Amino acid sequence: MSAVAAAGGARRIAWSRRRRALGRALRDFGRSPSGLIGLGILVLVVAFALAAPLIANHDNLDPSKTLDTPLWASPSHHPPLGTDSEGRPIWDQLVYGARISLLVGLAATFISMVIGSAVGIVAGFYGGWVGSVLMRLTEWFLVIPFLPLAIVLAAILGPNVRNVIIVIGITSWPATARVIRAQVLSLKERLYVERSRALGASNRHVMWRHIVPNVSPLILANTTLTVPIAILSESTLSFLGLGDQQNPSWGRMLDEAFSNGAIGQNAWWWYLPPGIGIVLVVLGFTFVGHALEEVLDPRLRERRS
Amino acid sequence: MSFRFVAGKVLGALGTLAFVIVFNFFLFRVVEGNPVGVLFRGRSLTDAQRAALKHQFGLDGSKLDQFWQYLVQLAHLNLGRSYETNGTVFSEIAHAAWPTVVLVGLSTLLSTVFGVWMGIVAGWRRGSVRDHGLTTFTMATYAMPDFWLGMLLLIVFAVILGWFPIGGMEDPASTATGLAKVVEQAHYLVLPCATLTLAYLGEYAIVMRSSLIDVKQEDYLVLARAKGLRDALVRRRHAVPNALLPIVTLIAINFGFVLSGAIAVESIYSWPGLGLLTYHAIRAPDLPMLQGLFLVFSASVIFFNLAADLAYAYLDPRVRTT
Repeated sequence: MSAVAAAGGARRIAWSRRRRALGRALRDFGRSPSGLIGLGILVLVVAFALAAPLIANHDNLDPSKTLDTPLWASPSHHPPLGTDSEGRPIWDQLVYGARISLLVGLAATFISMVIGSAVGIVAGFYGGWVGSVLMRLTEWFLVIPFLPLAIVLAAILGPNVRNVIIVIGITSWPATARVIRAQVLSLKERLYVERSRALGASNRHVMWRHIVPNVSPLILANTTLTVPIAILSESTLSFLGLGDQQNPSWGRMLDEAFSNGAIGQNAWWWYLPPGIGIVLVVLGFTFVGHALEEVLDPRLRERRS
Repeated sequence: MSFRFVAGKVLGALGTLAFVIVFNFFLFRVVEGNPVGVLFRGRSLTDAQRAALKHQFGLDGSKLDQFWQYLVQLAHLNLGRSYETNGTVFSEIAHAAWPTVVLVGLSTLLSTVFGVWMGIVAGWRRGSVRDHGLTTFTMATYAMPDFWLGMLLLIVFAVILGWFPIGGMEDPASTATGLAKVVEQAHYLVLPCATLTLAYLGEYAIVMRSSLIDVKQEDYLVLARAKGLRDALVRRRHAVPNALLPIVTLIAINFGFVLSGAIAVESIYSWPGLGLLTYHAIRAPDLPMLQGLFLVFSASVIFFNLAADLAYAYLDPRVRTT
């Protein structure tokens, strides 16, 4: 009876500590101007992508349904953003493109984080031959140049949204694995882990109760910094013709603008908006990621600013 | 540098190369299962044609036989034939290598020199206007896809202002030879080279900046100042040489990224190098060519990483003991 009460009490203490830590982290984040700007950008873009059916018309992405609209119309002739070489309004492509770019960025990052964290935690925690095999594998993947590998994989698997996500996910995890492993190696030597072991805790207990919770803030910061890389990779793959043909992303819009001669026509309303979209989203995630890193690791604060 | 250290690094690089070679084989033969079927999707082939193609691509026999054949061919530098042009992959790659070497080499050199210089200026006077300017510039170039930056430069400087040619490496009608030809090609090189230089400059600047900031706190710098050396001399003699070390590694790490950037930028400017070759191979799709290009890209990145490891150990004796 008393043991149960003690366990409940310990849990209560742990939770109230966590709540306080979260509150402190949020306050620290609120003090970072660039972090707030980044968050603002992201909220806007996500709202834009979610509201796509309300503010844009999906039918306008199909050239056979835009026969009445003028070709190469500038924004003044066909508000708000003009049309492309087939008469499709840029606005609708931009709004629906945001969905694909964000979806690929987030989903690919998720895959990359799952692989990277698993490899990093297992390699750091168990060490030994499992650890060295995993780290050797990580180093191999680090050395193989990302884009050629992604190109080869995408060319073999075929161009669609699912494959682009898989390709970016399985080529971008090694950096995360290295960072996580280094952190796990240092956590493993902490006193509370030793204490827990002395009290007879199993590997599983130490891993799930001490290592995973302590490494998860790092995983979070890493996630926010991997999303922009994934979005940039998607735009490059799409630009090279390896993106989805049915669901245009921002990268694919740039590909079409380039291959249909938007540069010669100087159709700035076609090639500027998707590029600006990519820049904004990448900046948004990067600002938030750096702010998170500083909140979680105060040593960085004096170095960066 | 001890023989043991060098041998260890070289063996490590060879191991990685072996991994890439095996990986390349499995990627194309085993994962896909039936490359002939993929390459000739939607085309009717007779059984005889199919068998001949299988033989040509080295796809008959067991997987082990195929792997052995692949290694033998590779040892003879035979990477197969391009599905598009029917030329050998090796000769096409060899032909396109030089323009890429010039483009990637020159832009790496320029981005390192300018990046290091900007990093020194910003890091030495931390928090100054120049320092903030550098951070803004770096963020902006980091966030731009490199091919989009290339498109913007192309529009402004080639289409609107007309200062540089739209693309290619030389005027097809030109009869220039010797020095005049070099000058003409240099004119075509300016925009693609500027794009890659701008895209990678910021990273060198940031690394140089933070490395310099670290070095500024070292004891030997305090000593140099205490001796009464002038500020510029402290910077040039004591701070910068030591702060340059991480740049060596960064050049090698970046090399893979610059190659990737070259793929997109070369396709924007029709610069006839390995990047444009990759672009056409993707559009075809030309799998033997992609496979060959993947090997060449990976092998050169492995080589540069090895070179950087050795150079680093030579420059910083502390590394050798680990």
